[in-house]
Amino acid sequence: MPLITCKNLCLGYEGVTVARDISFSIEKGDYYSIVGRNGSGKSTLMRALLRLKSPDSGEVIYSDDLKQDDIGYLAQQTPVQKDFPASVGEVVLSGCVKRGGLLPFYTAEDRKKADAKMELLGISGLKNKCFRELSGGQQQRALLARALCAAGKILFLDEPVTGLDPVVTTEFFELINNMHKQGMTIVMVSHDIHCAVKYSGKILHMDGGILFNGTAEEYKNSETGAVYIGGHRHD
Amino acid sequence: MIEYIQVMFSYTFILRALVVGVLVSLCASLLGVSLVLKRYSMIGDGLSHVGFGAIALATALNFAPMKFTVPVVVIAAVLLLRVSESSKIKGDSAIAMISTGALAVGILAASMTTGMNTDINSYLFGSILAMTKEDVVLSGTLSAIVIVLFLVFYNRIFAVTFDETFAAATGTRVRAYNMLIAVLTSITVVLGMRMMGALLISSLIIFPSLTAMRVCKRFKSVIFMSAVVSVLCFIAGLIISYFASTPTGATVVVINIGIYIIFALISRLLTRKI
Ligand SMILES: Nc1ncnc2c1ncn2[C@@H]1O[C@H](COP(=O)(O)OP(=O)(O)OP(=O)(O)O)[C@@H](O)[C@H]1O
Ligand SMILES: [Mg+2]
Repeated sequence: MPLITCKNLCLGYEGVTVARDISFSIEKGDYYSIVGRNGSGKSTLMRALLRLKSPDSGEVIYSDDLKQDDIGYLAQQTPVQKDFPASVGEVVLSGCVKRGGLLPFYTAEDRKKADAKMELLGISGLKNKCFRELSGGQQQRALLARALCAAGKILFLDEPVTGLDPVVTTEFFELINNMHKQGMTIVMVSHDIHCAVKYSGKILHMDGGILFNGTAEEYKNSETGAVYIGGHRHD
Repeated sequence: MIEYIQVMFSYTFILRALVVGVLVSLCASLLGVSLVLKRYSMIGDGLSHVGFGAIALATALNFAPMKFTVPVVVIAAVLLLRVSESSKIKGDSAIAMISTGALAVGILAASMTTGMNTDINSYLFGSILAMTKEDVVLSGTLSAIVIVLFLVFYNRIFAVTFDETFAAATGTRVRAYNMLIAVLTSITVVLGMRMMGALLISSLIIFPSLTAMRVCKRFKSVIFMSAVVSVLCFIAGLIISYFASTPTGATVVVINIGIYIIFALISRLLTRKI
């Protein structure tokens, strides 16, 4: 059984449909990239997959062994108030909150995990800094580290590399690739079509609905893919 | 000076006020951080008006004041949260409607029973003479519950306060924790209301956390600082009001304002230097 199945999903805001008739499924171990032009409904679909947004019709079905707290998530925008007092360490650690369990405190293991993720993203030095005083890219890395802490089985990333410098971007794709190899299911919205085709197994091209759904290889050879990939070439 | 304070605390009513006040200040300051950051401070204010209405009604109908007021305010908290979750703009006016409505009911009820005099005054502006022994026991129990629940759910409260979307996406029951915060707040408001006054209790929620946020940059230190500031301001206010014969609630609030200004200046100076 697939981890997540969408059946005839219609999504909209206040009666205006932005994406219709979406049916596809995410299997365990998939690396899905969701691509498409601005406003095509990618983030909306992701919010529906996360059950943050209820569909106008259709349904999102989780397999029996996927629970909400197996999920890691990085939103496209995290509206953090300008004056919120929280250290980077506190933010990252909050990805480890024992959601279902009764244990109220973080374990030593949780702290180790948070430290490791910060190390991985090169923000160990910022641990005690105030989150609101970081640069945009540094904040993005902290939120990524938090998402990695939360991800048990599946990781949802909505334009994760926005604001990251090229070096970190490359490192980041490698990191995700490694996590995928170790068995993590990845669902990523990305505008970096070349990286999407290079790293991910499957591509979902959105435009108010599904324009293309298949493997990256098939996508490259499809008409939709050829146009979209071609459109991003600089030469 | 020490002797005078010793004499002061030999009065039972002052001791009771001290115990209840310190506990309520502690609860209010802990919850306040979350309420202020979630932009829920208006809910605290609304709840205190509902509390006033309920306590006046309870007196008019000869009910036990606390046993009647606590459930009423808890229900109001649940309603207010629902309303403010559903729509931001309408939520604002809905809170105003509920709180002024409750105020009106309370004034009517009180004027029918006592002829609108001292009692109303003590409800609105507080009185430290109001504490009976039972109140102290009840306050102690309830505030112990509030503090324990806050500590047990501290990590989740942080997660929900910092980023509701992430918390919801990763399986934290956001609505349940929002409800927990609202319910704990309503209990705190009722406990503190009779001493601090219905019109002043919400400042106990807002000021210490704002003060702490001026200088602290970690959530944990804000919580800690807020608790310390709140308790110390209350004790200072109680002592000063005793010697200066001023109303306790108002004195505590004025001291909180003073401390806020001092902290704001300190943070200005610190950031200027860098
Ligand atoms: N909160 C909202 N209220 C109303 N309409 C919305 C809301 N959020 C998105 N929309 C609309 O839904 C459509 C899809 O938005 P969505 O955010 O899913 O696009 P996207 O594919 O993620 O775009 P981008 O690449 O810019 O992130 C857009 O036309 C947008 O105007
Ligand atoms: Mg988007």
